[in-house]
Amino acid sequence: MNSAIHFRYEVLRTLRNRVLYGVTLALPLLLFFGVASGQRHATFNGTSFPLYFMTAMAVYGSMFAVVGPGARIARDIAGGWTRQLRITPLRARTDLTAKVASAYLLALPTLALLYLAGASLGVRLTASQWLEMTGLILVGLIPFVVIGFVLGYLMPVDALTPGLGGIVVLFSLFGGVYGFELATSGALFDVMKALPSYWLVQAGKTVATGNGGWPAEAWIVIAAWTVILVPFAALAYRRNSARA
Amino acid sequence: MIPDTAPEGGIVLQHLSKSYGAAPAVRSLDLAIAPGETVALLGPNGAGKTTTIDMMLGLTRPDHGTISVFGVPPAEAVQAGWIGGMLQTGAPLDHLRVRELIALTASYYPAPLEVDDVLRLSGADAFAGQWTTKLSGGQAQRVRFAAALVGDPDLLVLDEPTASIDVEGRRDFWHSMREIAGQGKTVVFATHYLEEADAYADRIVLIARGQLVADGSATEIKARAASRTIRGTLPQGDTAALGALPGVLAADRHGDAVILSCSDADVALRALLAAFPAIRDIEVRGGSLEEAFMELTADLGDTTADVMEVAR
Repeated sequence: MNSAIHFRYEVLRTLRNRVLYGVTLALPLLLFFGVASGQRHATFNGTSFPLYFMTAMAVYGSMFAVVGPGARIARDIAGGWTRQLRITPLRARTDLTAKVASAYLLALPTLALLYLAGASLGVRLTASQWLEMTGLILVGLIPFVVIGFVLGYLMPVDALTPGLGGIVVLFSLFGGVYGFELATSGALFDVMKALPSYWLVQAGKTVATGNGGWPAEAWIVIAAWTVILVPFAALAYRRNSARA
Repeated sequence: MIPDTAPEGGIVLQHLSKSYGAAPAVRSLDLAIAPGETVALLGPNGAGKTTTIDMMLGLTRPDHGTISVFGVPPAEAVQAGWIGGMLQTGAPLDHLRVRELIALTASYYPAPLEVDDVLRLSGADAFAGQWTTKLSGGQAQRVRFAAALVGDPDLLVLDEPTASIDVEGRRDFWHSMREIAGQGKTVVFATHYLEEADAYADRIVLIARGQLVADGSATEIKARAASRTIRGTLPQGDTAALGALPGVLAADRHGDAVILSCSDADVALRALLAAFPAIRDIEVRGGSLEEAFMELTADLGDTTADVMEVAR
């Protein structure tokens, strides 16, 4: 049993899915330059607009990247090869790990490209700040990986692409990813702050202001989404295995 | 460390039952398969063949009864790489070429065969560079066959392996299977083609409505059914009246020729001569496997025998 080979082929399958580049790389880059180039000296949310929107678009593309394994799972199930895999010594855990790792691998070039784009519009951070932001984003994406799994196991494959896309768009809208915030106080703002996407977008500002990462609230929100969603994913997985 | 080669013990199914809702798919099946045997699970569609195979592969959990594959439960035998399975469906993983998919599958097993050898043996070498999403039904079938073989399993379980392959492809497939079975592997295959069961299995397990109705070599099953055919020339004579004669299961007419399938040919022949003295060119033959199958499943009271297909 060689899980490295399985991982290598999962990466290969991810890289060969050209459509994925569109939403994870091209779309956020286009939106970034389209919106931010006219506002490179504007301030927003207590920081420079390019920094805010660079972070937002990096989050946008990488959210699409990490829900990808869900779509892959749904396609593999619909095609029937998942049953074939179940009669080989490959463990489901190895398969899932490889899918998540390959999705994260796709998220990294999204981050790198958006950082470069941001730098070209004047975003300046120290090396440790870039790294810290990357770390925060990679952690904050975990709930989205799990959302991808839940939907991948539960939704029929033909409904999955609009389903996952819709979910990412909703989280983006309420998280302030599109360059505006639906509210800055009140009940709606409380809802926004309860979403992992909101805190993901704040990652840029957080590292730039240098007050030691996210507030505790952000960690609690991200941990809570993960802890609540993981049992759902496990249940969805078991339901699927029982049916298959 | 799990050994690469399965220990002795064969495959044992005991009192195996599985229902889907209220519909029983397999009913108290007992079966023991010795290592190295090639066994056909023969039965009409809906007989419970696929359910039995899914349980042997650990894909479906039985409601009652136990399965032991080389002394361990199916899931453990699968984990050890002792089982290779070919399912009826399964679109090969996308964004891969055929060779890549087989190489990937090989990587799951402790001691796989050479990918090139497997591609050749399964007949998938001709399209090894093709994208897996661009395969015909027959090509996908060969890819599934290659995936089942590549781990060099001790037990090969095949569910309707030739269902979407043309006649020529079928011959190639069974040629390869002979080669593989000759290496001492245990092979269990489900089929509703009588000819395949007759030609390629050491032993036929006849299943109808989830129950085992006969178990033995093709010759034994024919003998057990004790079915005989009487043929003769009879220009006049009501076919229905022929069918109603004692000892006759069914009567068939082709022009002047009549063919009677008999449960008791001796009784039938005496009655035939008494009722239709004009009959000539009489010939009494041992039954075919097809007729044995019809007879053995006849008392199950439905049209199972009618849906049998015969490979031509």
